[in-house]
Amino acid sequence: MGFAVNFSIAKTHLLSRKKQSVVATLGVTFGIAMFILMISFMKGVNQFLQDTMLSSTPDIHIYNDVKTDYSFSVAGDYFKDSNASVIVYHPKPKQISLNIKNADAILADLKKDPVIGAVSPLLSTQVFYNYGPVQINGFIDGVHINEEARLYSLEDKMVQGTTQNLLTSSDGILMGSGLANKLNVTLGDLVSLTTPIGTTMRFRIVGIFAIGIGTLDNAKSYVNLSSVQQLLGQNSSYITDINIKLTNNDFSKPKAIAFYKKYGYKSDDWETANSSVMASNVIRDVLTYVVSITLLIVAGFGIYNIMNMTIANKMKDIAILKAQGFGRKDIVQIFLTQSIVIGTFGAITGIVLGFALSYSLSRVPFPASNNFISLKYFPVVFRASHYIFGVFFGILTTFVAGFMPSMRASRIDPVAILRG
Amino acid sequence: MSIILQTDKLNKYFYEPEPFHVLTDISFTVDEGEFIALVGKSGSGKSTLLYLLSTLDTEYEGTLTIKNRLLTGLAQDHLAKFRNDHIGFVFQFHFLLPEFTALENVMMPALKQGKLKRNEIEEKAMEKLRQMQMHDFANKPSAKLSGGQQQRVAIARALINDPAIVMADEPTGNLDSANSEKVIEIFEDISKNNGKTIIMVTHDNDFARRANRIIELVDGKLVR
Repeated sequence: MGFAVNFSIAKTHLLSRKKQSVVATLGVTFGIAMFILMISFMKGVNQFLQDTMLSSTPDIHIYNDVKTDYSFSVAGDYFKDSNASVIVYHPKPKQISLNIKNADAILADLKKDPVIGAVSPLLSTQVFYNYGPVQINGFIDGVHINEEARLYSLEDKMVQGTTQNLLTSSDGILMGSGLANKLNVTLGDLVSLTTPIGTTMRFRIVGIFAIGIGTLDNAKSYVNLSSVQQLLGQNSSYITDINIKLTNNDFSKPKAIAFYKKYGYKSDDWETANSSVMASNVIRDVLTYVVSITLLIVAGFGIYNIMNMTIANKMKDIAILKAQGFGRKDIVQIFLTQSIVIGTFGAITGIVLGFALSYSLSRVPFPASNNFISLKYFPVVFRASHYIFGVFFGILTTFVAGFMPSMRASRIDPVAILRG
Repeated sequence: MSIILQTDKLNKYFYEPEPFHVLTDISFTVDEGEFIALVGKSGSGKSTLLYLLSTLDTEYEGTLTIKNRLLTGLAQDHLAKFRNDHIGFVFQFHFLLPEFTALENVMMPALKQGKLKRNEIEEKAMEKLRQMQMHDFANKPSAKLSGGQQQRVAIARALINDPAIVMADEPTGNLDSANSEKVIEIFEDISKNNGKTIIMVTHDNDFARRANRIIELVDGKLVR
């Protein structure tokens, strides 16, 4: 009952100065709307960058790293004197082959893991693409193309031809679009490659892909795994890398650690391999929150100001209410209610406006200067959590902004005012 | 006649701008149904005394008892509840809430009290307004009423919760003589016919003489 009276007084106060109430509400509305727009857009950008990154980075990459541990030297054994300290300058690694031993068993074992979506064994080597007298530096990945295609959704990135073409030709090659441009070749053309160990081989172009990352599209080609093994003069179980896609890439880090322990080969998860991209994601997130919270605080100060003005104008009314038996709690309720009503209306209209703006932005064509970027519209994500956070924070801001003036109102001494 | 209000050695000091002893050892009793005029020269402390009696001002020495209840030292929220139930107020500057209609202003203390249903309160408020001959203006915004009309609405508001005591601070101080006369007639009426206890601060001796009893203050001391 008590609250009903206080609420009706609050309502009358709000309605008797409509302009002020609307302006205060709009402050919150724009604050929340900008928050929704910014966070939706920034998260969209993050999502896009992450997707692009994941289209060239496996969730987990297992490989045989060059050992750089030189703490042990045969020179120490030679002197056989425990007091002698031996210093070896400029140690070099011994000749080792960087392949993954026992690859077939590891692959078979990995395929049993239920979390794993796709496993693609890989043999990569640097090559020179011969273009007349010019040699262009690049690399080729020997893969089982079906596995690789599942890993990176390669089929979507094919500009010409299909990935299946590689299976039907023994000398087929899928080439990055930038590289194909440089070499001035197209489907059906022959290209000759030279490896660092001097072997040369000719391939026929059966497909051209564009991943959207210049350094890959300008240097990378796919051929069948057996072709590279042949090029390097290795047997059919010789591979250097295993790329893995998980069904849920949140497990990448713990899984990578588990694989390292199990197989003894270095395992990188995608977040570690792309820490700079992850860092920029964090920076964008922080920026978004800082700007949004600033907007909301500005709106909060607007409400604080308006509430203070209202209370200054309502000193007499407060004194009368107190004389009639309204307690301090009632006075706080009356003015805090006004503030929270403003906040609630502002937050609701704010998320509606925010959604409208975000949706509009997601329909704006992205001004792409080249077809490398596989982006048709501005990237925007729509997540309920952003909207809930917006409403929560909007109401919280107005609560805090209204609380101090309301407390001040409740402390007004009625005698001083009633006596004039 | 039972005692409705009793004070014992009330002392009040002002500390700003400089220490000043406003009220000295005020002890008196008020019987139920009495119409009392509190008089004295400006600065004699009569308004100060009224605000002490009204429980709005709690910074004093001595004790105040209303309806056999010791009010000295009670918490603010208890005093607010007590005022709501037992004390009706009429101020010099009529002080209605400007955004509300006359009827809403009258209903406000009863809505706060929450004893009756809304439509019962509305009925009762109309009846009080009719007693003040203000029922024709019930739905007018109070800001649009004249000074005399506002004061009559304020008296209706003071009576809505059937308080034990009505306190009035110079209720005619801001009115012309015709309206002043009307207000005093209303006070006489509710004193005689409704049996209300009234304590009215006034500096007008003609009006004071129409009360049952006059309490006079000179320099913060009770002389009559």
